[in-house]
Amino acid sequence: MSIDSIFVHKMWNDHELSKMVKGGVPFPMLSDAGGKVGTIYGVYDENAGVETRGRFIIDPDGVIQGYEILTPPVGRNVLETIRQIQAFQHVRKSKGTEATPSGWKPGKATLKPGPDLVGKVWEVWKTKEAFD
Amino acid sequence: MPEELKVGCARPTGGPVGEEPPKKEIDEVLTKEKEVKSMIMVGRKAPDFIAPAYYKGKFVNVKLSDYLGKWVLLCFYPGDFTFV
Repeated sequence: MSIDSIFVHKMWNDHELSKMVKGGVPFPMLSDAGGKVGTIYGVYDENAGVETRGRFIIDPDGVIQGYEILTPPVGRNVLETIRQIQAFQHVRKSKGTEATPSGWKPGKATLKPGPDLVGKVWEVWKTKEAFD
Repeated sequence: MPEELKVGCARPTGGPVGEEPPKKEIDEVLTKEKEVKSMIMVGRKAPDFIAPAYYKGKFVNVKLSDYLGKWVLLCFYPGDFTFV
């Protein structure tokens, strides 16, 4: 979503993005003229008249699970976004019985919060796991 | 899932849907309008909206709440034909 019109979205997709992504952009390119939606999401910069790099993960109940907002010159990390979605999906599937520690990826151990884990995280999770 | 949009010469626009902000006195609106800003908090509902979109060769209307039951990644960016 950006403040550009759907007509500009079409031109950008057809003339540039489709040369980077085979078949063009596979998801809807939304137009937010005037930044009305962006204002509510806290990403519209009214001085610049554009939207900043906001990224919101919304679950199947329509609840925002996470967001990240960057200023324009720095691009996002798509793999980190995918990792976060995988973690939220895992936690949701466990119905809240599991939590994913720092650096968790699919296949790595989760934590099972409860009375027995209090003060014992150091036994089941090592700091280096945050970095691998 | 999004409905197709008939486009004319006017530039299609969308906006927030659902709960309207409470009505205010006019002088209050002038001073407080700019304070009606972000309603965002993790763990809370994402504000619903409708927005026109370009999607696979067609112009469509996208409503966020039509995607209930699916995971949604909503991304904002500064502008088409910018560089990053």
